[in-house]
Amino acid sequence: MQVNEYKPLIVAFCCNWCSYAGADLAGNNRLNYPADVKIIRVPCSCRVNPMFILRAFQRGADGVIICGCHPGDCHYTSGNYYTRRRMALLFSMLDFLGIERERTRLEWVSAAEGAKFAATMNDFAETVAALGENKRLEDLRCKK
Amino acid sequence: MQKVNRDVLLEKAAAMLDAGEVQAVLGWGAGEFAYDVTPRVFETSDELRADFVWNDFCGANLSKYLVSKTKKLEGKLLVFLKPCDTYSFNQLLTEHRFEREKVYAVAVPCEGMADVQKLKALAGDGISSIESTDSGFSVTTIYDDAPVEVKGADVLLEKCANCKSRKHVAYDELLGDEGEVLDSNRFDEVERIEAMTSEERFAFWQGELSRCIRCNACRDVCPACTCEKCVFDNPNSGAENKAPTTSFEEQMFHVIRAFHVAGRCTDCGECSRVCPQNIPLHLLNRKFIKDINTFYGEYQAGAEEGSRAPLVDYTLEDLEAEDVFKKEAE
Repeated sequence: MQVNEYKPLIVAFCCNWCSYAGADLAGNNRLNYPADVKIIRVPCSCRVNPMFILRAFQRGADGVIICGCHPGDCHYTSGNYYTRRRMALLFSMLDFLGIERERTRLEWVSAAEGAKFAATMNDFAETVAALGENKRLEDLRCKK
Repeated sequence: MQKVNRDVLLEKAAAMLDAGEVQAVLGWGAGEFAYDVTPRVFETSDELRADFVWNDFCGANLSKYLVSKTKKLEGKLLVFLKPCDTYSFNQLLTEHRFEREKVYAVAVPCEGMADVQKLKALAGDGISSIESTDSGFSVTTIYDDAPVEVKGADVLLEKCANCKSRKHVAYDELLGDEGEVLDSNRFDEVERIEAMTSEERFAFWQGELSRCIRCNACRDVCPACTCEKCVFDNPNSGAENKAPTTSFEEQMFHVIRAFHVAGRCTDCGECSRVCPQNIPLHLLNRKFIKDINTFYGEYQAGAEEGSRAPLVDYTLEDLEAEDVFKKEAE
């Protein structure tokens, strides 16, 4: 067994009403997804400030994924529409600054989509693992 | 050389001050040298006659000062606005940052402002006097008696070289001509960077942003940054001074600074004008403007008072985040 096998650290911001419940369903159904995905529950995907994403990268995340309700299903009516605009612009800006575009993702996962949640996380973890460690945005002070 | 003379502005302001129609005048005041013109509030016509300046170094956008200056006044404040300043003026009004009734806006046509850095690069350091000529400037330095002739077009500020509009979009009174929206090449540089590889872009921005000294001048001058409490003033963040930061903090600061004004930035170019390290900060703002134009349709912040900024709006058919790069490739 390899001792220092690289495993990406992934931060997943999940909205309380859909994606967090989706993750719960994935767990109830015993669906496998990587343990390196750290879920942070937020009231709405719209709660995710662009600064959260950068902070996650700073503290050593290799990939950040934001999950919210499908457009039209937001618990607060329109939160995810704002998220969609913000993240489109932010991802494009990060790409402009030379951060690999595969490290960030926005997905819509409903409370009934446990399988989609697991599949998304598996796929994202694979993509990020292929990229390797996040060297461009990490802050060396935060490394132990 | 500006088309409208200093005396025209001066007489207008002095007459209104003396008649008591306005309580103070927000304009440009003389500094120690011919080129360091600074924004200033004048309260009497004598002060105006002594120190008021209108020349090719009046690059400063006065609209942001209205927010703090109008609060302290009982009466009206006369303000001079160049075309690009009127966009910021409208944007601030849209966001209810000052009371329109307290301001008397006088629009002044602008032929582009000079960048003293570029002037020094061509004429040399130690400038003792600058005379305006028909085509530019005649500059004398302390090292040489013979003046150096510099073409005005060679020393334009970046924001003026890529001027987006000479149209005044808001005013109470106009001195001179109305002006028109121009076809500018302001996105050329953004496109050039977009065409690079990811590694090249990272290296480019690393080189630019690592020069940042976190003086916050770009934030302080920005007419879109008018929050009374700023996220970057948090003393616990460890980011408020340069010493303990790594390169990451600069990226963080500049991405978030640009993001906070995305959709509200009028592209007045003040951020890069004031940057003591000459970081091309306007490119970050222009990237957002360009993206907003491609993804959500053409939008010019401040062109119309009361218009809804793209990031506080949405449509049901908006582009998905994953389709961003497909759209850009088109």
